[in-house]
Amino acid sequence: MNSQPSAPRAFLALLRRDLLLGLRYLADLSNPLLLFLIVITLFPISLGPDKSLLQSLAPGIIWVAAVLASSLSLDAVFRSDYEDGSLEQILLSPYPVIVLAGAKILAHWLLSGAPLILFALLASVFLYLPESAILPLILTLLLGTPVLSLVGAVAAALTVGLRGSALLQSLIILPLYMPLLIFATAAINHAEQGLSIAGELYFLGALLMLALTLAPFAVASSLRIRLG
Amino acid sequence: MQVTALHGEQDGARPDDAGREPLLAIHNLSFGRDDVPLLRDLQFSVATGQILLIEGDNGSGKTTLLRLLCGLLEPWTGEIRWQGRDIRACYPDYLRALSYVGHGNGVKLGLTALENLAVTRELAATDGQTDLTDILRSMGLAGHVDSQARSLSAGQRRRLALARLLFSGKCLWILDEPLTALDETGRIMLKNLFNEHLAGGGAIIMTSHDPFSLPGGVMVRLRL
Repeated sequence: MNSQPSAPRAFLALLRRDLLLGLRYLADLSNPLLLFLIVITLFPISLGPDKSLLQSLAPGIIWVAAVLASSLSLDAVFRSDYEDGSLEQILLSPYPVIVLAGAKILAHWLLSGAPLILFALLASVFLYLPESAILPLILTLLLGTPVLSLVGAVAAALTVGLRGSALLQSLIILPLYMPLLIFATAAINHAEQGLSIAGELYFLGALLMLALTLAPFAVASSLRIRLG
Repeated sequence: MQVTALHGEQDGARPDDAGREPLLAIHNLSFGRDDVPLLRDLQFSVATGQILLIEGDNGSGKTTLLRLLCGLLEPWTGEIRWQGRDIRACYPDYLRALSYVGHGNGVKLGLTALENLAVTRELAATDGQTDLTDILRSMGLAGHVDSQARSLSAGQRRRLALARLLFSGKCLWILDEPLTALDETGRIMLKNLFNEHLAGGGAIIMTSHDPFSLPGGVMVRLRL
């Protein structure tokens, strides 16, 4: 391996570190996913096994559960680094903080967003989601869950070290997720009706690009403010 | 504020009259919290081969001063100059030369000692020439290279945090209570490292609750 230190190497080292920690603390990884499944199973239980009702509600249920599961895992993104002094080391790295913040956000998505897509496939069975809507569901989650991680990381960085930070984060981010929810569920609903969903997907893609461009800067600034 | 030079080998070595270009020079530094001033018009400098010991009561702003020197906090007024340049003007270069060990160890308990050190080295942007296992060995952690940090004692975790001082290219060490949790052997080992670092042209800024002396080193005390 090239022994010259560089920003991409620091990015990979931090990404690898967070993935390793995530896999070693499996409970932290699996709890939000279990919450996702449990929230989804509550609906058939409470609404009854009415196929058409569940089918029509399925996109909203899956997406709301995904948002809740993602926000539950956000508090952990920076908290342990803040408490054990690792965050100071990250900010005192000569590399741009946005690069390192990007590694942390990507790790969060790989550990929470990406598995959510697999679990959503399972959930779609519980809710009788028609076959025609499965691919749109996956596409909206592929475009949307990174936005959850990116926007959520900004809130996590803004509130790291504050008392009651988890609740505060939810209050900050849930309203910000509304456009995402609207377009993602609309795409799945339209797909069920056989309509084109290109418009919704473009919009989700635009949201992703916007979040991808701005969130790392916002995270870096927020972390500096919180540590300052 | 009061600066006194301890008479080490170089008698009467004061921060500004050593005749050397100071590595780090602080001019009129003031800082406070919520409009309440904590540090007022601090003026001192640290040259190569010097160790600056910051003393003060609890709450006198020792840690705050260290965080200001690292650039984690923005001073109200004044400037911090690294080799003659404001640290904000050459921040990445400054960070490349700086090694900071704060109250928190920056050690992930779920990673092994070696994994911890490997990540820290990448973040510190230091070259990979020094073997990490050798560094751990010289910090007295030879038998714990592959142990998860959670199984290490508080003193061993502190040693692991201090191990990053041994990365090459770090000429300024800023240490917040480095002796915390270290046993007598660890303290002696650390003082030896200090002496080697100072002899090699490095500089150290540190705080300590316990009386601290460094036989053979040029120590300057700053009383907050």
